[in-house]
Amino acid sequence: MPGPAPDERMRPKGRRNMQGIRVDPEAEVTHEPRQAVLSALVKHRPGVLSEVSALFSRRQFNIESLTVGPTVDDDTARMTILIEEPEPGIDQAKKQLRKLVPVISVRELEGEAVRRELALVKVSGEKPDDVNAVADMYDGQAVDASTDSVTVEITGSKQKIDAAIEAFKQFDVQEIVRTGAAALERGPKTLEKDV
Amino acid sequence: MSERASVPKEAEETESETEQEPVTTGAQSVIRALENAGTDYVFGVQGGAIMPVYDALYDSDINHVTMAHEQGASHAADAYGVVTGDPGVCFATSGPGATNLVTGIADANMDSDPVIALTGQVPTEFVGNDAFQETDTVGITQPITKESYFAADSDTVGDDVSEAFALADAGRQGPTLVDLPKDVTQGETEVEPGRPETPETYEVPEEADDGNVQEAAEALAEADRPVILSGGGVIKANASNALREFAMEYDIPVITTMPGIGSFPEDHELSLEWAGMHGTGYANMAISNTDCMLAIGTRFDDRLTGGVDSFAPDAEVIHVDIDPAEISKNVYADYPLIGDAREVLRQLFDAMPRAPDADEWRDQCQTWKDEYPMDYDTPDDEPLKPQYVVEQFSEMTPDDTIVCTGVGQHQMWASQFWEYTEPRTWVSSHGLGTMGYGVPAAIGAKLAAPDQEVVCFDGDGSFLMTVQGLSVAVREQLDITYVVLNNEAVGMVRQWQDGFYEGRRMASEYPWIPQFDKLAEAFGARGFTLESYENVEETIQEARDYDGPSVIDAHIDPGENVFPMVPSGGDNGQFALNEDQLDMI
Repeated sequence: MPGPAPDERMRPKGRRNMQGIRVDPEAEVTHEPRQAVLSALVKHRPGVLSEVSALFSRRQFNIESLTVGPTVDDDTARMTILIEEPEPGIDQAKKQLRKLVPVISVRELEGEAVRRELALVKVSGEKPDDVNAVADMYDGQAVDASTDSVTVEITGSKQKIDAAIEAFKQFDVQEIVRTGAAALERGPKTLEKDV
Repeated sequence: MSERASVPKEAEETESETEQEPVTTGAQSVIRALENAGTDYVFGVQGGAIMPVYDALYDSDINHVTMAHEQGASHAADAYGVVTGDPGVCFATSGPGATNLVTGIADANMDSDPVIALTGQVPTEFVGNDAFQETDTVGITQPITKESYFAADSDTVGDDVSEAFALADAGRQGPTLVDLPKDVTQGETEVEPGRPETPETYEVPEEADDGNVQEAAEALAEADRPVILSGGGVIKANASNALREFAMEYDIPVITTMPGIGSFPEDHELSLEWAGMHGTGYANMAISNTDCMLAIGTRFDDRLTGGVDSFAPDAEVIHVDIDPAEISKNVYADYPLIGDAREVLRQLFDAMPRAPDADEWRDQCQTWKDEYPMDYDTPDDEPLKPQYVVEQFSEMTPDDTIVCTGVGQHQMWASQFWEYTEPRTWVSSHGLGTMGYGVPAAIGAKLAAPDQEVVCFDGDGSFLMTVQGLSVAVREQLDITYVVLNNEAVGMVRQWQDGFYEGRRMASEYPWIPQFDKLAEAFGARGFTLESYENVEETIQEARDYDGPSVIDAHIDPGENVFPMVPSGGDNGQFALNEDQLDMI
């Protein structure tokens, strides 16, 4: 085919980064990932959880935890998703999530939102008093005890639970389960109404 | 120009409404829902779990086209949806029937084509037991549909179908599926399906925010080097007229994407035809050098953009899309305009303070058109060039001729060397790149537009994948001309092997393929062979004159490759014009 060769052609000066945003060609721009809490109201019906989790995996969004449970309305469930992405990815995740038909609304909760997680920690039953003492330090309580084991319940922020688990390691942790974060906006604001 | 080759169905609707018998089963409710939505054709294949639905179809005025393979059913429905603008409908049974539909559903999803798929399923009590012909159809198709429904009850199955139909058509179009357990369709019900309505959670934006429109219009009017990038969404939104009016009023050069072919007339002086991997040199130069791009109904696919780092890097981007999730997904939108393309074009038309001052830029675009003509050699002593066959055919046919294709080199030549001027005349598989799309797509297209000429360019590899569909075209006496641009290879793979894999032609050469003219005759179609320049016009004319499906087996130069070419991830302006230049960039 006729025409000037590639190196003889007019070329633009600009450049975009990998997110498709125009950048100064001299400056290296990378967006650091940050953690965000997405809260979604969804139709409470079979298959919704799989639809949402499949979306995050097929679009390669990095999620730390996903919790789901009923609300006061029998037809509606609420999902709390902890996601870690560079800025455009968080916005994209919100939009993709909103696009799913069973999803009613999506919001990123603000930084100071109330975030709670629950952990059950099963440790050796050899020193029950010491276990109780550590549990007290983290406002936790023993919820099951046998001759060989004690199971403690801890509720709180992720940081608090991380710290508690670290402290329980001295008692030979046998099993742990964590729920992942549940979160609500502080003040009168809700997913359905901005205040 | 008619933007929707729509079949007059309002008359039929009223007629059928007056003589409608009450429904007695879930299956009848399913069919009633399709009738209420205005369905004329269903493409499908029978089977155990879908039998109750077919039994209910027995009493309906809806035409059923029995396909030879379920993949063909989903492609035919897809093409029907592309040409009419209304959802195409396909049926399949459970298990393999449903899995065979999957390719066509995924294809429709990638190209935002309106399709509704209804699949049989084993009776509810057997679901989850690995019953005969059971497969998790909803699970398999959820990621490739707008929504997949599992019908749970005979009383509500009609509503499920109505909603799925409405959803396929609404907003950004796409495929939906309803999985129909046999007990649900066989079960008794007297509940008539509701009118097609989208789910309450589904929002369809119409007009874009006025403030954003104003800012975007000012940016465009200020631009020195403006272009419009018109995507498939322009055609889907029936916005081709609005686009033409806008571009011509403000004198802005227009580039289309591949799915956007036909949204703007390629013979107009403002047209730069289509951009991307094998787009024209002038379209790709304009993409590279524009300072303001009005992009409408496009998702900035990687075959269009090449590497995003070098995609229109000087341009402010005004992105019009009905799907908010497309905004800034691949290319950042400086001016996001979320809304229906036709509405937003009207808003922009009114908001433009003046036409951009772009005489120099238009001259530059014209210079590129002169510098990089879409040219090819036609020495008499060489084997037939595919481009010549496409060009000749294009010249011999009316403007509203519909072109269908498979996927590969032939598809590129059909899009490069045919001149498109009308929307809904280019029917191809873009995003998914489905070899085998062409044969069944032409069937769907012909039934959707019986008064328009339909030609299908295919490759030998692509044609062979769905050739069984010829039996359907023969049975239905469809006047389709298939042209196999036969280079005895999966040519695009071979082109890449030669360009990027040191000529190691692993599994890409097809000297073993059948004689397609004879194969056509065996099916009951007319078969032709084309080997030299001498009888190109004559053969095309004979094939067109034949009243029924015909196949031209065109033996083309096996060494011919597709250019220009922007290598994968490359810079649009740095396209290669020949094999040697691939090494330079």
